[in-house]
Amino acid sequence: MVTKRIIPCLDIKDGRVVKGVNFLNLQDVSNPVKLADYYSRSGADELVFYDITASFEGRKLFTDILTAVASTIFIPLTVGGGINGVEDFERVLACGADKVSVNSGAIKRPELIGEAAKRYGDQCVVLSVDAKRVDGKYHVFLNGGRVDTGMDALEWIKEGVDRGAGEVVVNSIDTDGVKKGFDIEMLRDVSAIVKVPVIASGGAGGVQDFVDLFRGLPQLSAGLAASIFHFGEVAIPDLKAELRRNGVCVRL
Amino acid sequence: MIAIIDYGVGNLFSLKSSLSAIGAEAVVTRDKAVLDQADHIILPGVGAFGDAADKLRETGMFQVVLDQAAAGKPLLGICLGMQLLLERSFEYGEHQGLGLIPGEVRPIRPVIPAELDVPHMGWNGLHFPKNRPRSPIFADLNEGDHVYFVHSFAGFDCGDCCTATAEYGPELTAAVQKDNVFGTQFHPEKSGDVGLKILKAFCQWR
Repeated sequence: MVTKRIIPCLDIKDGRVVKGVNFLNLQDVSNPVKLADYYSRSGADELVFYDITASFEGRKLFTDILTAVASTIFIPLTVGGGINGVEDFERVLACGADKVSVNSGAIKRPELIGEAAKRYGDQCVVLSVDAKRVDGKYHVFLNGGRVDTGMDALEWIKEGVDRGAGEVVVNSIDTDGVKKGFDIEMLRDVSAIVKVPVIASGGAGGVQDFVDLFRGLPQLSAGLAASIFHFGEVAIPDLKAELRRNGVCVRL
Repeated sequence: MIAIIDYGVGNLFSLKSSLSAIGAEAVVTRDKAVLDQADHIILPGVGAFGDAADKLRETGMFQVVLDQAAAGKPLLGICLGMQLLLERSFEYGEHQGLGLIPGEVRPIRPVIPAELDVPHMGWNGLHFPKNRPRSPIFADLNEGDHVYFVHSFAGFDCGDCCTATAEYGPELTAAVQKDNVFGTQFHPEKSGDVGLKILKAFCQWR
């Protein structure tokens, strides 16, 4: 049986992991290569690197780091942030990324999804959507939840998958940062309309939230989180052991 | 020296890195002389079967792979590279494969339960046939060890050449072997330590 994936997400700015402080026994927790290696050895099933720099120098540092990570860690790597064209796919794939996550770049120009899927395959294109409830509907948001596009999130996700996205990351702005659990309701609504793997993001506060996610929505593929892993609140081996105890199939 | 066949398909970064991580010298090439010299050959591949088979022919690599395999050189096909080893594929039309392994490539959608996603993506456990000896590239593995899959099509009717399966509804072909020709549907270069063990065993075989 294919296992449920646990995916730590690393936000990278100017070559360092943002929020990467105060972490277990690692001395230099803001070093992305060391942190990635630590996660890989802890049993992370995949890693997401999110480039939050805007400058050219920052981009260069990011791809240098990606190259270093991909040369030493042999689990799937997804890269996001600043992906606006097929040339951005090319840039990060050449540095060792396996999948590329699109968000605002695809909202501005939805054709990007199909162009990239045709060139690199559906499995390479991950549609990442920040969604929030507005007047009883889910709206697509930009800029980390600050800008409401007015687009219906379910319609956008369906369109993205029809255009060739092979996977969908659903980040609920409503639960993100609250640490009271994933947005099961929103994730259920998304799962009902697409037949590609759906990754839950936003709201994990502890081990039980992952148990509730996979017990409540057995069709979900993966859970993604950042700070609870970086701050050592949840250790991946403990998380996986607890999931297995609860009958969730994981890779130990 | 390990030769990775360059026929313009797929991203070879991880494969090269993983081979260097196990201390193997790897070159990416479509030079027949280099392939002649190589101790082992890897046929990678991502994308659609028809395009890849066309590119193999256009680069002259189709015949080179057949010749090297016939000469007894250890050959490993990975993902689409494994599917190309089979006789034919029904991915968007019918296409001829290398025919080094019996069987054909068909979509998994009709054979898996409706609630399962396509592609079959993620880490899945390997099952080895109990009635046959373990394929040498899996010598250091345990039953159920997890490897990373991403595919929507799979090999069928490979008979005794099927050396490992993974359960996704039914058991799907995860690996094949016939004499010196090996194939894995999964990505050993993305399968952590288990994957490195498989690559190492292949590089040390013979």
